[in-house]
Amino acid sequence: MSALQEVMERYEVVIGLEVHSQLRTDSKLFCGCAVRYGDPPNHHTCPVCLALPGALPVLNERAVSLGVRAALATHCSVQPQSIFARKNYFYPDLPKGYQISQFEEPLSTGGWLEIPMPDEAAADAVRRIGITRIHMEEDAGKSIHDDSVAGGDGSQVDLNRAGVPLLEIVSEPDLRSPEEAGAYLRTLRQILRYIEVSDADMEKGHFRCDANVSLRLHGALDLGTRTELKNLNSFRFVEAAIAAEIERQAEVLDGGGAIQQATLLWDRTSGQTRVMRLKENSDDYRYFPEPDLIPVNIDPQAVHDIRAELPELPDQKRERFVREHGLSEYDAGLLTGSRSLADFFEASTAAYGKAKPIANWLLRDVLHALNEREAEIDEVALVPETLVALLRMVDAGRVTPKSARELIPELVARGGDVEALVRERGVEAVSDAGILETAVAEVLADNADAVARFRSGEDKMLNFLMGQVMRRTSGKASPAAVRDILAAKLGG
Amino acid sequence: MAQRLGTLSELRAALDDGRTSASDVVAQALGRARELAPAFAATRGLRADRAAEEALQADQRRTARALRSVLDGIPLLLKDNLNHRGEPTTCASRILDGYVSPYDATAVERVKAAGGVVIGRTNMDEFAMGSSTENACDQPTRNPWDPTRVPGGSSGGSAAAVAAGIVPVALGSDTGGSVRQPASFCGVVGIKPTYGRVSRYGLVAFASSLDQVGVFSRTAADAAALLQVISGHDPLDSTSLDEPVPDYAAALDGDVAGLTIGLPREYFVEQGVDPDVLERVRDAVKELERAGAKTCEVSLPHTPYAVATYYLIAMAEASSNLARYDGVRYGHRATGAHDLQSMYSRTRSEGFGAEVKRRILLGTYVLSAGYYDAYYRKAQQARTLLRGDFEAAYRSCDLILTPTAPEVAFALGERSADPLQMYLSDIFTVSANLAGIPGISVPCGFARDLPVGLQLLGPALGESLLLRVADAYQRRTDWHTKTPPEAS
Repeated sequence: MSALQEVMERYEVVIGLEVHSQLRTDSKLFCGCAVRYGDPPNHHTCPVCLALPGALPVLNERAVSLGVRAALATHCSVQPQSIFARKNYFYPDLPKGYQISQFEEPLSTGGWLEIPMPDEAAADAVRRIGITRIHMEEDAGKSIHDDSVAGGDGSQVDLNRAGVPLLEIVSEPDLRSPEEAGAYLRTLRQILRYIEVSDADMEKGHFRCDANVSLRLHGALDLGTRTELKNLNSFRFVEAAIAAEIERQAEVLDGGGAIQQATLLWDRTSGQTRVMRLKENSDDYRYFPEPDLIPVNIDPQAVHDIRAELPELPDQKRERFVREHGLSEYDAGLLTGSRSLADFFEASTAAYGKAKPIANWLLRDVLHALNEREAEIDEVALVPETLVALLRMVDAGRVTPKSARELIPELVARGGDVEALVRERGVEAVSDAGILETAVAEVLADNADAVARFRSGEDKMLNFLMGQVMRRTSGKASPAAVRDILAAKLGG
Repeated sequence: MAQRLGTLSELRAALDDGRTSASDVVAQALGRARELAPAFAATRGLRADRAAEEALQADQRRTARALRSVLDGIPLLLKDNLNHRGEPTTCASRILDGYVSPYDATAVERVKAAGGVVIGRTNMDEFAMGSSTENACDQPTRNPWDPTRVPGGSSGGSAAAVAAGIVPVALGSDTGGSVRQPASFCGVVGIKPTYGRVSRYGLVAFASSLDQVGVFSRTAADAAALLQVISGHDPLDSTSLDEPVPDYAAALDGDVAGLTIGLPREYFVEQGVDPDVLERVRDAVKELERAGAKTCEVSLPHTPYAVATYYLIAMAEASSNLARYDGVRYGHRATGAHDLQSMYSRTRSEGFGAEVKRRILLGTYVLSAGYYDAYYRKAQQARTLLRGDFEAAYRSCDLILTPTAPEVAFALGERSADPLQMYLSDIFTVSANLAGIPGISVPCGFARDLPVGLQLLGPALGESLLLRVADAYQRRTDWHTKTPPEAS
């Protein structure tokens, strides 16, 4: 039993997550500046996001409708009126000296999503995790602490990101293990991507997570004192940081100590959490309603329209795949892992006519190739037509399944014409009866012992002989043709 | 000495008749501004070359019969908290040292599009915080009627410049009376429109839910002309009203017959109000009655809470609005700071004056955890009650008449040591900002040779009505034609 498991035997772990996900808009939340990365610092700025004296924010309506979409996809109720508030604090990358966020009256409240249970054997076991609220806010800029660029002793500020729209999604303290936290994040990210609300790319900082962690004895009603882990920027870090924090808290509690409410940072090199600041020193953000913006009123018709436009969510799609295509829950779950993979599957199935072979090829060979490249299906050259063309060649005996599998990485990487690739690689299956008959005859002559054992009832020797023929033809022989010839010769 | 400039209407007529040119008028305004600067410090910076160029273009448009508006070729001044592209905007604060605005406030953009020639910026209390224009970072403005006295504030420079005949019209801003009170002290007209009538985009924020751009002039007719230009919906200001702008000039028919003017009993009190001021205002009431208006007593019962409510909300918003002046991106930055914290504290300690610091501290306090409900939330509740007072009052009257200020211009330095006493100068003006309704101050006589102003308050979007009554009053009186002896 690992140290963590041992702790979790004794304590109930209580985790709540706050996720910041960047909305997929062309422009910032309160001005017309483009949301773009990689451009020179402070390129996408204007009087509003530079906080020049006298500039005023104007709400990006697109961001609101994306926020509503996220709320609906997570079963939250959209508030008919929500109010922006100022969160006041000083930092060089916060140009106004306050962040425009929502506080007392958020966009939406009271939703949930279902996460797969990591430890359950049944593939369809899920747990429902409450979502406290979803609200809109603006991102800050970026401080660059680079002694070499700032004359040796300073920092620089890039405000391209200042004012970029974010959703803050706050879960209930319903998560009970680091794995569940990871599953929640993956599910949430999957939903946000499906509904095209956010790219939710952790590497690019589009999807950031803070975790609140506390322990209590199993059966206890009151929550333990919590600590907050800041800015966990990969799924792996989230789980590792929470695990480390659970162990740290258990050690304190086991030693008779009390947990101090604090904000912690996770140090990935040491694999430990360390205190950034204690609660007593925490900021007072002096929230108050943003007087430069009017309340956001969302009428029921708008909510209705956005709901009507919601794409099929991952759960719905998975169940439909099971129902319509006769897939297992497990396979359907994998195929609906991303919307692009599900779309690829459906397009291929429609073209091919049968779902299961498509599912098998995707889940076994294509996913493997994608994982190797750390890419999504819509980021590579393979298109449904190509996969279908390859399968048809296999069906026609023109390519052996083995050769076909070997072609997948190439097709994923470069795409292109399957026929041409097969010719170029010289892997067209050999079904010429003369060549195959010769090969079979040679194999039978060289393996008299195996032939004898087959004839005495050892059926599995047929596979051995098949393998020998395939080897002799460098794997190019059409298996169906070889089997027929072998059967004829041995049976005769 | 360059002569006093005429009113906008007079200058318009002279330009249209070809008796003068925009170039001459603008040169005269610039000359007068320069000559009077040492005595009154009404202006903070003149843009002589660019203004002359713009005047020349206005003259070319006049020759080509392509005038843009009645404002075309007319010189005017901007309070130094309105962004004007290519010009400094200082808010009379050291913290904005070196800041040159890269954009136009919407009101300024509209003035420019109408052909108005901005000749420079006017002095003010730092960040519009004050009632005397003594809180400017360098020097106070003096009242043209008596240089030992203040012009009122915070738009004291604009009021003094119009009173001194430097320009016929000027823009100011009014958060708690900062247009109306200096108009009263300087014997000119000052109007604060309905909240949202004029865009706040580019007006440097003091208290966002109260700030409004206003107009100074010598006549209500001139105020109508300039207000016409700057009013209207602006997509860059979410709080701007998307309502059509009526033709203000067309409303000036000189007729007040049949109007009911409400006199709030809470404003006509002996205690704390200069008896001479009350008498002049009562005289004005009689004049309007002679013109056919009816009067009645009304009550605004929450008036005693107005000043406290106003300062709680204004300071809270100010503490947040002024957080952006941190020395990071523009303006003053202290040298010799050894870390971020000291950069902030030194920059802001050096950059802000005492009154601004006082308000930031008080505003920060009232928003702090544990105090928010007792102060800020309660103030918002009181604000709702005050707004309700006006709604109730307007059921029995068309508009409300009060003194603009409880006093005439006080002496420089008289109130500097007593901020509370200074805040009470706003006692009659803050309610209009809290309720978001329009108000205008009109000269209504003199007390001990100093101007007295009467204030008319209207219902939301009642600017036409206010201008009409003010104009009718001016047609029957000549207070606005008197000129200050020190600047005649």
